[in-house]
Amino acid sequence: MFLNKITIAGAFMVLGSTAMAGCGISSGNVKILSNDFPAIQSVTAGASACAGGGVTVEANLTKDHKDIMVAALTANPAQYTSVIASNSTLVTLMNDGLVRPLDMLVAKHGAGLKPSQLVTVNGKIMAIAFMANAQHLFSRSDMLKKAGVSSIPKTYEDVLAAAEAIKSAGLMDYPVALNTKAGWNLAEEFVNMYMGTGAEFFKPGTAEVAVNNDHGIATLNMLKSLVAYSNPDYLTYDSNATQAEWEAGNIALATLWGSRGGAVLDDEGSTEAVTSTTVLTGAPTWGNNARPASTLWWDGISISTNISDADAEATFVAMMNGISSDVIKANNDDTVWLGDGYTPSAASAGVTATAADGAAPYPMLPFMGTLHGALGAEISDFLQGNESAEQALADVEAAYTAAATEKGFLK
Amino acid sequence: MKNRTFFWFILPSLVTMILFIALPIGSVFIQSLHIEHVAVLKEVKNCGPFGCKLEVQIDVEASVQIKEEQPLGKFNGFGTYKNRNHLATSELALAWSDSPNWGKFLSKTYNLPFYRALAFTLTYTFVVTPLVLLLGFCIALGVNSLPKQFKGPTIFVSLLPMIVTPLIGSLILFWMIDAEGILGSMLQWLFEDPNLSLKASPTLTWIMLIIYGIWHSAPFAFIVFYAGLQTVPTDTIEAAMIDGASRLERTRYVVLPHLVPLIVFICLIQLMDNFRVFEPIVSFSAQASATSLSWIIYNDLAGGEGTFFGSAGATSVLTILGVAVLLIPVLLRTWRDFKGKVV
Repeated sequence: MFLNKITIAGAFMVLGSTAMAGCGISSGNVKILSNDFPAIQSVTAGASACAGGGVTVEANLTKDHKDIMVAALTANPAQYTSVIASNSTLVTLMNDGLVRPLDMLVAKHGAGLKPSQLVTVNGKIMAIAFMANAQHLFSRSDMLKKAGVSSIPKTYEDVLAAAEAIKSAGLMDYPVALNTKAGWNLAEEFVNMYMGTGAEFFKPGTAEVAVNNDHGIATLNMLKSLVAYSNPDYLTYDSNATQAEWEAGNIALATLWGSRGGAVLDDEGSTEAVTSTTVLTGAPTWGNNARPASTLWWDGISISTNISDADAEATFVAMMNGISSDVIKANNDDTVWLGDGYTPSAASAGVTATAADGAAPYPMLPFMGTLHGALGAEISDFLQGNESAEQALADVEAAYTAAATEKGFLK
Repeated sequence: MKNRTFFWFILPSLVTMILFIALPIGSVFIQSLHIEHVAVLKEVKNCGPFGCKLEVQIDVEASVQIKEEQPLGKFNGFGTYKNRNHLATSELALAWSDSPNWGKFLSKTYNLPFYRALAFTLTYTFVVTPLVLLLGFCIALGVNSLPKQFKGPTIFVSLLPMIVTPLIGSLILFWMIDAEGILGSMLQWLFEDPNLSLKASPTLTWIMLIIYGIWHSAPFAFIVFYAGLQTVPTDTIEAAMIDGASRLERTRYVVLPHLVPLIVFICLIQLMDNFRVFEPIVSFSAQASATSLSWIIYNDLAGGEGTFFGSAGATSVLTILGVAVLLIPVLLRTWRDFKGKVV
């Protein structure tokens, strides 16, 4: 009797979901691995709408996606059919040939995509970008006004002057914050600042590092001048900490991720006094250079190599549903969407301005991640005043060279 | 027990130890001797939402065959052990020949990631272990002399630091010592220094991590000592009392000698545990000021983009060697005691 009921209930569930599936796929497994923030939650929710009938959709959204993706996709069949990748993680996946070219799938199912969304490597489409992100300036207009600063800073020299004005007016002891937690975050700040000089990280066409130069030293000195206006705990500041500090009204000038804009401006976790005076503008330039000191990032869809073609197709269709213009319209303020249907908002003004001012994308180089790791480990010594900028950069190069040799990038 | 019976008795645990301990360590060692194959690089045109650029990429197809033939990677011998990010033999030699005095040499050594981690790991181990023994012993004595009805609750409360997961315990402490947390602002008030920050100074970070370590491990020593105290022979204690020994003298001459085997046991476990200090560094975001060998392994595997299996393997093997060296004195002592009993 009991068994019968279960069978009937199960049959109804299957029937019910078959009726709901509306993505034009009838079978296949879709398993998504990705980072965890609001825009991606919207995308995976959109893809999950394809579940039903013979289609299963599962998503694992975790901050630790970078640590498991290579092992999970090396397995055959792969544990995930799609990874939501970014400039840097796509390269890591491609280094081991773990993601497949999407040209055929785009030709068949990608009619609604803009050409700029196609990420191509050597002519092959490797990912479909759906959102953009960058670090840019957040300022508190009321604090600037009280300190007698007439306009929003456009350069980091202006930021330093404004910070000094706020400090000497007695408004705040530590008006500035960057994501300077030792490790990945601090390295990202170096990369941003160094990109603002227009210099290259590597000798062209090789994996030989080239940051121990005047640009590198100037970059370190600029970072040190900025953290002098930061809370002494700055080496523990990640995005969560800086967002909390901002919402608490403890800082007036900060370089934060654009994807935090929506959360900073909404009515949760902060006061009207802070949110109404928060202004999002493009990333500052510095040192008489034209290029903003920031890196542009995209997040996009990639499809695993080690899965069946049928699953790859089902995954692609489901993901297209996840980034459809309906999803974008329904979640407009989550991020800067790249697809059709997006209307720019106040929360995205900073990222849009940074891109329009000509910031460069984060380099898609196989060995960039290794350099990023070396930077994160070695430059905090300089900021703490333990060693010279030259020594810190020499350490970075030595650490990178040892690590890149192990990775096979250098002989 | 006959040798034969003993063999069958120990066989299941021997098999599991070989399967789950010896073989994995062996495979870690083999991995540490390899690095990845030399990547074939080619310059290609990459396009995306932000325009096109000529960038170097790995030619995956070019290295498919060699990867299949040698999946472990390229044999590198002890190259990874000797490189700058580990034992840094050539950098050390250079620092030695370039340094006019010991101070200079030590500061150059401290600039190398492995030795910096080793410095903190050893300091942590050798400060935390004795203090844990001392504090655990004092708590055990205190609890032992409590009236019976208070013992249960006191034991439970004293064990709490060990029950709380290390990551969570240290994260809670991390928030409490924040400049705006309860402990952080209390310290600022006590020292009348509004800029005092435990997280900013390397020295204070070390002290904080060490205090956390003692707080976390003292309950372990306490519970072992407390169990030991229950076995102290009462007639010897009473005899000492009749002889007019004070409480301190009874503890020094009767209780402590009785507990020596336990002290050795706790030392053994604590040396091993403390040498592998890891969680507090992550929770306290302390990596700018303090790193440990275990933290380096974690960072190689999960710190950024890409994983360094060779590096992580090499540091793991070096950590195992370090634990072995630390334990030799304790093990020698146990062996001597064992021999003494047999004869």
